[in-house]
Amino acid sequence: MIHSLFLINHTGDIFLEKHWKSVISRSVCDYFFEAKEKAVDPENVPPVLQTPHHYLITIYRGKLFFLSVIQTEVPPLFVIEFLHRVADTFQDYFGECSEVIIKDNVVTVYELLEEMLDNGFPLATESNVLKEMIRPPTILRSVVNTLTGSSNVGDTLPTGQLSNIPWRRAGVKYTNNEAYFDVIEEIDAILDKSGTTVFAEIQGVIEACVRLTGMPDLTLSFMNPRLLDDVSFHPCVRFKRWESERVLSFIPPDGNFTLMTYHVSSQNLVAIPVYVKQNISFFETGNCGRLDITIGPKQTMGKTVEGLMVTVHMPKAVLSTNLTASQGNYTYDLATKVLVWDVGKLNPQKLPNLRGSLSMQAGAPKPEENPSLNIDLKIQQLAISGLKVSRLDMYGEKYKPFKGVKYVTKAGKFQVRT
Amino acid sequence: MLDSNKDSLKLEAMKRIVAMIARGKNASDLFPAVVKNVACKNIEVKKLVYVYLVRYAEEQQDLALLSISTFQRGLKDPNQLIRASALRVLSSIRVTIIVPIMMLAIKEAASDMSPYVRKTAAHAIPKLYSLDPEQKDQLIEVIEKLLADKTTLVAGSVVMAFEEVCPERIDLIHKNYRKLCNLLIDVEEWGQVVIINMLTRYARTQFLNPNINESLLEEGGGGEKTFYGSDEEEDEDEEEKEKKAEAAVMAKRKPYVMDPDHRLLLRNTKPLLQSRNAAVVMAVAQLYFHLAPKAEVGVIAKALVRLLRSHSEVQYVVLQNVATMTIKRRGMFEPYLKSFYIRSTDPTQIKVLKLEVLTNLANETNISTILREFQTYIKSMDKDFVAATIQAIGRCATNIGEVRDTCLNGLVQLLSNRDELVVAESVVVIKKLLQMQPEKHSDIIKHMAKLTDNIQVPMARASILWLIGEYCEHVPKIAPDVLRKMAKSFTNEEDIVKLQIINLAAKLYLTNSKQTKLLTQYVLNLAKYDQNYDIRDRARFIRQLIVPTEKSGALSKYAKKLFLALKPAPVLESPFKDRDHFQLGSLSHLLNAKAGGYQELPDWPEAAPDPLRAQRGGEGVCACSGNSNIQRHRGPLGSPGAPKDGGEQGLLLPQSKSDSASGSESASGSEESGSGSESEESEEGSESEEEEEEEEEEKDKKKKKKEIKKPVQEIEPAPSPQVTPVNTFLSNSLVTDLEGLSLSDSVLSPAAIAPSSALKNYELLHRITGEGLSVEYCFSRQPFSPDGNMVAVQMQFTNNATSDTKNLHMEDVKLQSGMRVKEFPEIELLPAGETATAVMGIDFCDSTQAANFQLCTHTRKFFVSIQPPVGELMRPVFLTENEFKKEQGA
Repeated sequence: MIHSLFLINHTGDIFLEKHWKSVISRSVCDYFFEAKEKAVDPENVPPVLQTPHHYLITIYRGKLFFLSVIQTEVPPLFVIEFLHRVADTFQDYFGECSEVIIKDNVVTVYELLEEMLDNGFPLATESNVLKEMIRPPTILRSVVNTLTGSSNVGDTLPTGQLSNIPWRRAGVKYTNNEAYFDVIEEIDAILDKSGTTVFAEIQGVIEACVRLTGMPDLTLSFMNPRLLDDVSFHPCVRFKRWESERVLSFIPPDGNFTLMTYHVSSQNLVAIPVYVKQNISFFETGNCGRLDITIGPKQTMGKTVEGLMVTVHMPKAVLSTNLTASQGNYTYDLATKVLVWDVGKLNPQKLPNLRGSLSMQAGAPKPEENPSLNIDLKIQQLAISGLKVSRLDMYGEKYKPFKGVKYVTKAGKFQVRT
Repeated sequence: MLDSNKDSLKLEAMKRIVAMIARGKNASDLFPAVVKNVACKNIEVKKLVYVYLVRYAEEQQDLALLSISTFQRGLKDPNQLIRASALRVLSSIRVTIIVPIMMLAIKEAASDMSPYVRKTAAHAIPKLYSLDPEQKDQLIEVIEKLLADKTTLVAGSVVMAFEEVCPERIDLIHKNYRKLCNLLIDVEEWGQVVIINMLTRYARTQFLNPNINESLLEEGGGGEKTFYGSDEEEDEDEEEKEKKAEAAVMAKRKPYVMDPDHRLLLRNTKPLLQSRNAAVVMAVAQLYFHLAPKAEVGVIAKALVRLLRSHSEVQYVVLQNVATMTIKRRGMFEPYLKSFYIRSTDPTQIKVLKLEVLTNLANETNISTILREFQTYIKSMDKDFVAATIQAIGRCATNIGEVRDTCLNGLVQLLSNRDELVVAESVVVIKKLLQMQPEKHSDIIKHMAKLTDNIQVPMARASILWLIGEYCEHVPKIAPDVLRKMAKSFTNEEDIVKLQIINLAAKLYLTNSKQTKLLTQYVLNLAKYDQNYDIRDRARFIRQLIVPTEKSGALSKYAKKLFLALKPAPVLESPFKDRDHFQLGSLSHLLNAKAGGYQELPDWPEAAPDPLRAQRGGEGVCACSGNSNIQRHRGPLGSPGAPKDGGEQGLLLPQSKSDSASGSESASGSEESGSGSESEESEEGSESEEEEEEEEEEKDKKKKKKEIKKPVQEIEPAPSPQVTPVNTFLSNSLVTDLEGLSLSDSVLSPAAIAPSSALKNYELLHRITGEGLSVEYCFSRQPFSPDGNMVAVQMQFTNNATSDTKNLHMEDVKLQSGMRVKEFPEIELLPAGETATAVMGIDFCDSTQAANFQLCTHTRKFFVSIQPPVGELMRPVFLTENEFKKEQGA
């Protein structure tokens, strides 16, 4: 299936290659470079390219291209999903997925790739299994390794792969047994000029951090599971129980994982936590424009809005900005033409405002479209959909674990058209 | 350092070597030093040596052999993980000499106690197959054995091996079908994808089309009934209702009852829509799309919309598939319309795809909302996207009559846009729209004529010129003026514009020769000396055609008819139309071209293949006793390796080719229509030339054989519709000739056609599979008198058995739509050792799809299929010598 993998940085250097079948010359990447040249923006490079003998499937993550070479028919999503899983694994192992980090840990990366694919077919992609085989590097361990000469590769052979629950290893032990769940909801919305909602929906995700001894069997139930319109689960969740009782029953993986993602239907009215008053205009003459943005709270359910941030992709003609922010500070990146206004906490008494003038390139025509505003925000202790976890029960083990649930609401793809 | 005694030094050395490999540097000269360490105790060193070995073994085959014994020892290790890893590395070494060792190791591992080792064995199968395809038969046996494995660990890997080695051996799945369905949910996610894709294909060959009755009823009805329940019970209810409704309908027709196994597959895959893995969700979605009854397909929409939240690459693929689905099942995604709204931060390729989906979803009820969205998009800074939006508006306008005027007005307003690209795109789209009802919009044409002064984009200029030329009667005053201006700037124009100027000149000359005669002459003279030969050609051609001289032939009389014929309005179609003949979610679908190793999704069978269903064992079919079992039911399906049964392999290639060709043709056709009628005509000219060439070739052949035949249809898809009339004209006249020659019916009797030695014989049934009966067939290239459209297939039956065979006849003919078969007369008795011949006729509809049928004797039935090789699809026609000469001279 997957023949080879090339890692390419954004300047177009191939800095790592791995072949699972016969070696394919790296000149195959030339087709990709050609497409990249044409696309200008790295996001616009077509993920699937056809060359005379091969197919190239690429993903773009963290300023790196993961380019895989395919020779025969394979579902493209299969490859894309796998490449993202590779990137996730790197992230998990090294904390970030960047060129420098990968170069520094090239041997571990190579070992990981070797284990993840066999002859181009995925073998072990569960991070729990991988971690048993190849230990993630930590500062402590690297010090110990240099002193004692021991290695990163697990001495004991992994057993997780053999069990029926490949996501959990046997013999986990903790002194503090704890299980934390974060319910994170994101609001995706498009608001039009006048502030009416064109489209809004809520996407939620439950992230779990479970450190429990032995083989616990957990059951998580909700106060109002009817809210959930569409769900997808970690493979550990028993689908039958969800179908019949609307509870999540599962043997958790060890450590951090995403338990489920859900979608709250757009039929339910989505509460929009803030309103935005904006006025951006460009003048026909004088090569300048004016900008005035005010943000105020709307439906916040009595909580404070934090981490408020406004991002504006300005038209190319805008040379510089001369603005004053009543709260927070703003930056304007001349190269990318992105205006970022970091507001911080939203104070309902004194609404934050950003106003001033924009200066334009001389002679450039007036931009036809006003740039849209992307809003970022965070509300602690609130799930905007109203979803509530009612209880968490544990079976199979005798001890009593610490349990905790946290709710956060964020803005997802929250866009205001102007 | 590698020779050192210390593991830490060795490790350090290996790490450096691996880093070199990773950077793509050549480290092959270190091979001898590295191979020595293969038996090293330190696990990490060992692993790195394996990495090295697998990478370079191919280049240093002899030295690599040194390491083999270590792995062989490893294969016997009591620890299952060591056994597995030894097998893994051993099978990864691509050295042909060790093929027998590998084969042995795989066979052993396939019956290992540990499922993990068996999984590794399954992984090793495709590796060995790619190294030495001749091992196929043996490997199939191993696959067969592993398919019977009941553990989830093995299932995914073995199906993957099955897909790579022998995807055509659908018969191997029967016994394991139910087991695979039941295990599916517990298989690891990558295995799930492979299994689901394979089962989709399987189900297409084994079950009946659940929509067969609906499709007859609802043909043409735009609003399909679909259901989007969030609730399982409700869903079940709805299903029940649907069933009842269906049942009522079906009482009149042949009743359709879903095979319980079909239902099992649908039921067991549904939960996987909830998987976190996008590939699994997509696999299930395509399964439902291809297999589920219409009423149930709706459930996949929600899951697919969910994937739109994922990475942009995933979005890209999903949107492509959604775009295809929306064409067939629009209703399914309508409630999710807003999820396809475009954000200014989306990458352009995503925007364009979303636009495509929105356009496909547009109908009378939601068009106003969609158009309002489009209005926002038009102002976007991303100009490519704006251009795509304008195209989309054009498509909405053609599809939905009520909004046509609104759209047109909107587009006309865009003509005053400052951005040239936008204007150009609008012009092109307006041109297409105007073609539908030109009478009403002469003012728009006038407006556009004024634009020629400003617009510089060649395509747009060409479009305007074409419009003016085409509808010069609506704007009699302006047209000559435009021509005058264009004549002035002729030399500076792009080729495409020049062609249109000539075109315009010709048309004006024909309608209004008084005013434009001189101008036309001038333009043609300019064109005569143009650098581009196309333009020179065109000028010469048009001059001959329109300027009456004593030499000019009969055609110039019809010049006006040729140029000013009513042209059909272009049909603005989605580029995703007809893509669904590729299996959704596949690479081929994404590229809209057949990728290597793509397994065509077969059409539904017309009747359920009953005898096979009986073999679809439940959970409990035992693996080990399977061997004799297997042998038995392989019998009727033809010998292993021969691509007979199912006809999977080469089956539909030409079909898909012609489809994609015509698809792209229609696309390019609609784009090209800007260049107007002349291009079509010249195309015709060149086409017919090609035609002649082909004919000539054929004629050479004919001469050699001294048989007078005429190919009526080329196998290649006709590249242009203009070709067909020529063709039918010929064939018609030939058919009448044929009738005149009065053939006796005796052709049917076997004796009439003696097998010609030049003809190639194909094997239909081998004597071993046929239990003594062997059948060969050849395309006799003789006319098949009962039906002129059929190809005569001469079959030669030989009875090699010791007993007589009676009542040889054929049954249960399964054909692609449109194909027909004339069966051969029953052979009542074929004594042992004797040979008999019979002739049957098959109308392949000019495709190379196989005709499948059962060959029955008084005791047995054999599944056989006849696939015509490309060269054999011809219709023999008798010509007199004179006619032949006439044809040759034509």
